Formats: sequence, structure tokens, C-alpha cells
Amino acid sequence: MPEVKTIKRRKIESSSVMNKYMADYFLDLDECARTGKKKVAWCTSVGPAELLLSMGFAVHYPENHGAMLGATRMATDLIPIANSQGYSPDICSYLTSDIGSYISGNTPLTKAYGIKEIPKPDVLVFDTNQCRDVADWMEWYARRLNIPILGVYAPKYPNEITEVHIQSLKQQTEDLIEPLEKISGNKFDIDKFREKMKLSRQCTELWGRVLDTAMATPSPLTFFDGTIQMGPAVVLRGTQRAVDYYELLLKELEQRIASGVGAVANEKFRLYWDGMPIWGRLRANSELFASLNSSVIASTYCNSWIFSSFDERDPFYSMAKAYLEIFIVRSEDSKVDYITRMIEKFKIDGVLYHDAKTCPANSNCRYGMNKRLEESTGVPSLVINGDLNDLRCVSDEQMRTNVEAFIEQLEENA
Amino acid sequence: MSERVYCGVDLGSSRTKLVLIDKEKNILASSVIKSGWDFSLSAEKALADALAKAGLSRSDIKATVSCGYGRGNVMFASEHKTELACHGRGSYHRFPFAINIVDIGGQDNKIIKIDKDGKRRSFKMNRKCAAGTGAFLEEMAMRLDVELSQMNEVAKNAKGMVTIGSYCTVFSATEVLEHIRRGKKVGDLVKGLFTSVIKRIMEMESFEDAVVISGGVVHHNPIIADILSERLGKEVLKAEQPQIAGALGAALYAMDL
Repeated sequence: MPEVKTIKRRKIESSSVMNKYMADYFLDLDECARTGKKKVAWCTSVGPAELLLSMGFAVHYPENHGAMLGATRMATDLIPIANSQGYSPDICSYLTSDIGSYISGNTPLTKAYGIKEIPKPDVLVFDTNQCRDVADWMEWYARRLNIPILGVYAPKYPNEITEVHIQSLKQQTEDLIEPLEKISGNKFDIDKFREKMKLSRQCTELWGRVLDTAMATPSPLTFFDGTIQMGPAVVLRGTQRAVDYYELLLKELEQRIASGVGAVANEKFRLYWDGMPIWGRLRANSELFASLNSSVIASTYCNSWIFSSFDERDPFYSMAKAYLEIFIVRSEDSKVDYITRMIEKFKIDGVLYHDAKTCPANSNCRYGMNKRLEESTGVPSLVINGDLNDLRCVSDEQMRTNVEAFIEQLEENA
Repeated sequence: MSERVYCGVDLGSSRTKLVLIDKEKNILASSVIKSGWDFSLSAEKALADALAKAGLSRSDIKATVSCGYGRGNVMFASEHKTELACHGRGSYHRFPFAINIVDIGGQDNKIIKIDKDGKRRSFKMNRKCAAGTGAFLEEMAMRLDVELSQMNEVAKNAKGMVTIGSYCTVFSATEVLEHIRRGKKVGDLVKGLFTSVIKRIMEMESFEDAVVISGGVVHHNPIIADILSERLGKEVLKAEQPQIAGALGAALYAMDL
């Protein structure tokens, strides 16, 4: 009988503090929506959140809610509701599961925090740097709730970020001030904006240092840990708590490095994950790789919330630049350069490309990049077919066989 | 004489294949049976069948390795590997040079690239869709009211061929029904379906080295190897029992234990 392998993963102790901060954030958001204590803005995850915070909005991030729908595996039951409204099963499953959630009145916030419904927005704000779907997503709510929608349209796929690109986005962001003042009832204050940018910069720098701890061998954290630990970098950026949390987390991870403790007990192979997580299979995937003595240590996804250009001395300009530099909106060549650097930086043995059925914008193996990178770096790769939220597109057995075969191949050729 | 035999089991979604080899790597016996729903029982049955054929008993087996969809259900295996590893090893044993293996199974297709030293360089499996697999052909045989075992003969005798364009099994079925309605010949349709399987395979990867074809589908329908050869414009190698390549590879891995 084949040996039953024990799963050797280590939990991050700091998480209990993060869980409290996240709970406080959601409870406050809910209170704002219910009582009007603050106006509520919905903002796409790499949208101008710092500006909204500085103008007194409580900010809800629909992509974060989408990820929760995925991680709780509620999404697969909710997506068909949006499909029946004319939203194709082939478009973003964050969008379809979130709309399904709203229509059916089911949200994971209820079970997690006792919150009855998704906090209702007073304004919707998007940045198309992620993809077009975020705009379509917010437009559904704008029509449904008859509330204002404001957008920033990012130039698509630049190789180099030029002054023209930055100035365009800067101008569009500055143009948000006037309508936001009307909606919030608060005057824009540059000093408050600088303060939020400063906190976001500190948060992003610490988050970057957290992810860089994975350069150590063995790595103290995995990509799967990262997808959870990035919560504050997404929803609490621009606050002191995000800064405090990442200082705490960094200390724990540095202690692990000093003690030679890895997130996976016997790290034999170091892997890189490109593309979206499969939210409903985080634990299963984490255990699958750990059982094969392999650690997925770095990813494009978690690193997408590092905004190195943030500078509170020139907040509009640096925000425009930072939000244009993110991987997803860049040219194919700059993506190849980026992953090449990551392979070297983290001493990667193999690259995993998640080809997410409903997320073409973040499935980077569809134009031959995986083959080109295999040739140029000599590092083998594997394409995993799946989806971020729609488990109808996920085959567990096929994933297991593919991953086991890939690790076998790495072992044979080691 | 005990512990002189090595056993490999490829417990696939459709068929369970089991091979017994001696220490000189000669095949002593093999068994191919339906996997059914009780995988552990199927493995036991295949073992009993092969042992009876070889005139051996369980105590003669030194080690067993399993692979395939039900690899974890083979209770008498001491280790399991993926079918990718085992098909690679089994086919390289028969064709010991740089090869691109095409394996067409019941639920999935595999393309495995082995270098001249027998090392696996890459592999690919079909996506979730059934098009191009044995399951696709089973569905279509039912639609055409042709016995699965007769598909090869029917295609061989065909004078022409109907092109099936879709890579979705459901859409292909619709295409087939449309052709039937227009009075196309069944033989021409079956040949078109086999060609469709090969087209799905050729979309998956490029084939630079010698090509070896294996799996149950080609065992029952050798015409598929001819179609692939014609499309690639080069010879396609096929072992005598292409269905047992994975089980043979598993038995060879058992020798390493």
C-alpha cells in the first residue's frame, strides 16, 4: 500500500492579529453603510483608494469580496444567478459571483462577521488598470442602485511608462476630486491625502519586505499564505493598522529565517505561481504541494500590491505612476522580464501558470510566454487549467496528476 | 522460487492494465479488464488473471508500482507514480531514443517528451474537455449506432471522409447529427471522428522527435496511428500491445524499489 504522506505546513501565528484588524474593518464599514457615519465608496483593488480615504470615505473593495466568495466556495452556486441575467460564464467570475451574491442576498460577511448584507455604496470608483471587467462590474451596481460611478481609464499594455501615460492618469485622478467632494460633503485636503499616501507607502514597503523573506531557503512563507496575508495590503492600505500588522508579520518571518524554519517542512523544490489563486482550493493546493516537499514561494499575484513609486511629496503623480506600473496592465515583454527577474531572485526550480478560464487578463500563458520563458531561463513550467472562483472549471484529479507528474519530472532531472 | 517477478498496474478510468515482468524485463503476462467502480477489486482481479496466465502466485512478486487515475486504490502496490512517468518509461523501454509519446486514454490524452537518455523533458494533458479522448469516441459510437469494436473496420472501409470541425463533444454530436440528416455515409463519419481525435492531439504540441502512439484507443483502432502518420508526414511507432505501456513502465519502476 503506498505510503500516506503527512502534510507538513506551518501556520503563521500573527494571523490572529490580522483577523481582528480585518473584522474591525468590516464591522466599521457595515456601521458606516447602516448609519451614514461615513459615506461608503466602492473601489477596485488597485484604484485610487488613498484619495477616497483622505476625503472621509469608508472604502469597500469588491474584488476582496469576490475572493471571499471564492474562498468560502459560495461562488460556484452564485455565478449561475448572474449568468441567468445575461452575464456570460466566460467573463470574470469575481464579477459574476459578486452580482449573484447581491441578487440572492448571500454574503460570506454574514457568517464571518454577522454582517447582514454587503455595505451599500454611495459612489463606485474604478480603475481599468486591472481589466475592463471591473468597469462592467461597477456599472451593474450603478444601474441597479442608481448611484454615481466614476472611472479612471488606464492606457493598456505599455512597455515603458512615459510622461504622457502618467499625466493622463494623474489628470483623470485629479478630476475625481470635484464629484467626490459633492458626494462626501468634504473638501479635498492635500495634507490628508499626503498622510494616506505616506501610510500606504509604508504598508507597501513592508509588504514587499514580507514577500522578500521568501528569498530565504527554506522559505518562511508560501504563496498560499501570501494570498491570505495580503488582506491588509488590499483593504487596510492607507491606515496605521496595515503598517503595524506587517511590522509584526515581518518579525515572525525573520524569526523563522533565523531559526531555519520553512513554511513547508521539507522544502525540496521552490516554485513560482503566475496568475490568479484558485480561491476555493487554497488549502487543498497548499497541502498538495507540501505533501510533495515542494513550496510555492513567490507569485505575480501577491507582488501586484507592491507600489514602489508611492511618494507623498507628489501624491497624484506618484499614485498615477504606481498604479500604471503593475504587472497586469503592462506589455508582454515587460511581463517576460518581470518573471525572469522573479525566477532569479527567488531561485525558482519550476513555474506554474494558472490559466484561469474566466480571467484572460491575468492568465499569462495564452500567448506562448511559458514556452518562451522555458527556453530563455531553462526553468520548466506547468500550465494548470482552472479558475479563480468558478469551481465548475476546476478538475481536482487533473490538477493532482499534473502537479505530481511535474514534481516527478523535477526530481528525475535534478 | 519466490520474489522473482515485478508487477505494474495502470488503473485507468476505463480499463485496468497489469503487467508482470521478470528481472530481465521480459513480459511474463498481462491483463486488461474493465475498471468498473471498485478500483481495488479491479486491481485484484487483474492480478489474479495475470498470475494465472503466467502460472505464478502472489509470493513470486517482489514489488509492485501503480499508476493511473486509481493509483491510490491498488492495495498491493508499495509505491505509486503518475501515468505520465510510467508511460514515458514504458514507451522508452520499447523505443530507446528521443521520442514524443502520444497516449490516448479513456478520459485524457497525454503528450510526453522523452530525450535520448530516457529523461522526461515535458508533458501535456488535454484540458477538461472530452473531445479527442476515448470517451468522445464512445459517445459518438452510440450516436451512430456502431459497436465500439466495429469502429476501426467501418472507418477502414470508408471511401471518403466527413470533416468534423468542432472541439466540443456536444457540438461535434450536433455536427454528426446534421451530417446524418444530409445522408452522409456512416463510414465516412467514423473516419472523420478519428481524424478529429488526431486534430485535437496535434493542437496540443509540436512533434520534433520520433512519435510513439499508445493507449487503449489506438489498441482497438489502429487506423488512428495511420491517420496521425499521414497528418505528420512521418512514421508513427506503435508497440505490439500499446494499451499496456503505462503498466509496463510501472513494472520497470518496481524494479528500482
